[in-house]
Amino acid sequence: MQIVACIKQVPDTTQVQIDPVTNTLVREGIPFIVNPYDTHALETALRLKDESGCRVTAISMGPMNTEATLRKALALGVDRAVLLSDRAFGGADTLATSNVLAAAIRRLDDEEEVCIVFCGKQTIDGDTAQVGPGIATRLGWSQLTLVDRIVSIDLDQRRLRVRRKLEGRHEIVEAPLPVTITVVREINRPRYPTVPMRLLSQAGEIEVWSNRVLKMDVREIGLKGSPTWVSRIFSPQRDKGEIIGDGVNDPVGAASLLVEKLLSKDLVSL
Amino acid sequence: MSQQIAFTILVLLAAATFGVLTWRRLSLIRFGKAENRFDHLARRAWDMLLYSFGQKRVLARPFGVNHFVIFWSFLILLIANSEFIVSGLLPDVSLRLLPDFVRGPLLLLFDVVSLLALVAIVLAVVRRLLFKLDTKYVKRRSVEGFLILAFIGLLMVAYFGIHGSEIARGQEPLKAWMPVSSLAASLPGDGAYGSYFWWLHAVVLCAFLVFLPISKHMHIMTAIPNSFFARLDKPNTQPREEFAPGNTYGAGIVSDFTWKDLLDSFSCTECGRCQEACPATATDKALNPRQVIHSIKMNLLANASAVKAGRQPAVPLIGAEGEATNATEAIWACTTCGACMEACPVLIEHMPKIVKMRRNLVEMKSEFPDELLNLFENMEQRSNPWGIAPTERTKWHTTMEVKDFVAGETEYLFYIGCAGTFDSRQKAVTVAIATVLNLAGVSWGVLGKEERCCGDSARRLGNEYLFDQMARQNVEIFTSRKVTKVITQCPHCFNTLKNDYRQYGLELQVLHHSEVLGRLLAEGKVKPNRQVTALGQVLYHDSCYLGRHNGIYDEPRRAIAAMTGEAPVEAPRNRANAFCCGAGGGRMWMEEGVGERINVERVGEAISALQAGPSTVCVACPYCLTMFEDGLKDKGVDNIRVMDVAEVVAEGLRPSLN
Repeated sequence: MQIVACIKQVPDTTQVQIDPVTNTLVREGIPFIVNPYDTHALETALRLKDESGCRVTAISMGPMNTEATLRKALALGVDRAVLLSDRAFGGADTLATSNVLAAAIRRLDDEEEVCIVFCGKQTIDGDTAQVGPGIATRLGWSQLTLVDRIVSIDLDQRRLRVRRKLEGRHEIVEAPLPVTITVVREINRPRYPTVPMRLLSQAGEIEVWSNRVLKMDVREIGLKGSPTWVSRIFSPQRDKGEIIGDGVNDPVGAASLLVEKLLSKDLVSL
Repeated sequence: MSQQIAFTILVLLAAATFGVLTWRRLSLIRFGKAENRFDHLARRAWDMLLYSFGQKRVLARPFGVNHFVIFWSFLILLIANSEFIVSGLLPDVSLRLLPDFVRGPLLLLFDVVSLLALVAIVLAVVRRLLFKLDTKYVKRRSVEGFLILAFIGLLMVAYFGIHGSEIARGQEPLKAWMPVSSLAASLPGDGAYGSYFWWLHAVVLCAFLVFLPISKHMHIMTAIPNSFFARLDKPNTQPREEFAPGNTYGAGIVSDFTWKDLLDSFSCTECGRCQEACPATATDKALNPRQVIHSIKMNLLANASAVKAGRQPAVPLIGAEGEATNATEAIWACTTCGACMEACPVLIEHMPKIVKMRRNLVEMKSEFPDELLNLFENMEQRSNPWGIAPTERTKWHTTMEVKDFVAGETEYLFYIGCAGTFDSRQKAVTVAIATVLNLAGVSWGVLGKEERCCGDSARRLGNEYLFDQMARQNVEIFTSRKVTKVITQCPHCFNTLKNDYRQYGLELQVLHHSEVLGRLLAEGKVKPNRQVTALGQVLYHDSCYLGRHNGIYDEPRRAIAAMTGEAPVEAPRNRANAFCCGAGGGRMWMEEGVGERINVERVGEAISALQAGPSTVCVACPYCLTMFEDGLKDKGVDNIRVMDVAEVVAEGLRPSLN
């Protein structure tokens, strides 16, 4: 049995700026990182591997430089890394992306049964949270989103129980395998690669699957397979903050004024 | 004749046992990793003379005189004891073969020295009874300690007994040279007790010999070579590691240490001076530098057969605390302040061993306190500890005109460092330094967005792989920008650029800002415009990485004095013995949940040194500044300000700035 972790390489959004003239993202010179939510998905998969001995395969769709992200996954201990890269995959929205990822997972499943697919709940560049559920839908599997704890897993009975983190409440749900799970950051603390593993990963193999391998209909992938497109990106005008009270001469008064404001805007409660 | 045979057998047995036991322990040193400590032999010999024979560090404490007396008595009495053994084996051979004008003074010397040693032994016993300095596993009132003192004391008593008896029986023509033995001769019994004392001396001497290699008093044999092989460079600069497949990193088992590390462990006599100096120990943390060295020795002995056979040792080096195992928390409690090494009379290097164990935890096992995960990733991805976008490195440039460093046009690179760039309080210090430099007409420029973190915290925390990446990047930037002279704001950057990057072939002339300001004032390039009086009393706190690790004590003090008109107030522990603020060695980025906080302890010390009323603590390091400000808040003190030396200097120059 194997577990698949879907990871994405994203620009370090804390460093991304928007060009005020063209209203587009300035990506030049911005380093790429592994989507932070995906590092938790990967960690969940690796912990299951530690417990059950399942194989873990990391997959990522992106340009060839995504290899760096997959090497990080190798350094953390995945058994196999597959890069889905083809010009034809480019410009994909969440539907086309989930089509490609689902096709890759099906192919992996043909080689060795895939029991769980882990994804981060969303990426920090697109913020749609649609790809995980999209994969589940394409595969026809159950989907458990926003998971913050794996409560129990029974590979023999092929059942799994998780806790979902929702607004103001938790939900314990159970589903049969195979299943697609998206995780939130609270689920775990990702591990840090050891030096021997980092060095090994530099020489490790990254398989590259193009559309010649996946043989998908070009109408289902890339730009052509994407019914949505981004028409404009812009920075919203933000209301400036206000200075309240006199923090220098009357810190106590300023503090109580601040508390009042926060209470009135329902940002804190007593 | 029968006495001669019995003595011969005793001495041979003792010598053989001594040889076997000594070899059994010292031969283990061979299993440590290689390390070159055979360079600069003349400097090494000088250090040995100074620290071993001159007892420099021992004498740094008042009671050290006592040890000095015992040490030199031991050396001088080696002659007397050698004569005792030789003449015991061959009765015709003795010092009596020497002419009287040589033997007479020698006898006087032995007499006086033996008496001094006896007094020193009594004082040592009393001290052990009065003052306790124990750890869980190392006791000052140990049987071992008293036994050794008893042995030495008995040897002195026996010496007087033997010679008193000879005088009483009229067998000593040179008795006039022996005032103390002559006193012993007046004991009743007409010297008939001579043979008892002779056998007492023989047995105790042999017992001492046998006991030596199995006790901590082995330092008698190892401390002298240990001071010869001591590190000549600054010991805070840890060696590089070679990253290649199949290598292991740091010290995870005792044989991962170098032979010198292992020799260190045999050189420790557990005096406890490191323990008294350690800020972690003083604030009830798991770390005790004395225990670290003790545990390495005990671990080596416990795993001796495995180490010899190259097998995996059974007793762990790091894990749940034990006599031969270092508690993991202890390894993370070190601030790398170096106070332990400064205190050690036999020049043991504690801190590099702790960093080696950290390296193993981080690089081989990925085990480290949770807080460090973010730090490591921030440093790796964004090259600063906070993870702030590198594009924001030039944000502070809005406060004043800042030029880029251009080789040939700019003399100094002003390496701001992460704190001076991103920390809002520290940015004021950056501006103060830059303002003074401008006023003095110093030509300086910055790397701006190209500046990266120096990697100090990564290296001290044992993440050498990350440090190596950062160091290579920085060395490349410095080389390609043709930087030769650097002014740093932070002592940690200063130390890293100056001492660590040398290992990468980069020789920079690095100056800390307090040095530069001190020099500019001394050379009259800037002149105080007014006496700074508004600060009240000013206490200067030494940064470990500026002071103890790099020997810069006077320049910041002089700069302060030039502004305030008087020498700064000293904390009780100052200069080389200064007490850490608690933030070095990566501790800045970790929680401090156990015991009193180190910064609060240090703040308390500063308060005790200052008169009541508004006053100022002056620092020269961004970490110290943060730690002092936090500590003062913790204590609820609001009439003590914390300022950097540069801010004090800028204050004194102020009217001319307007």
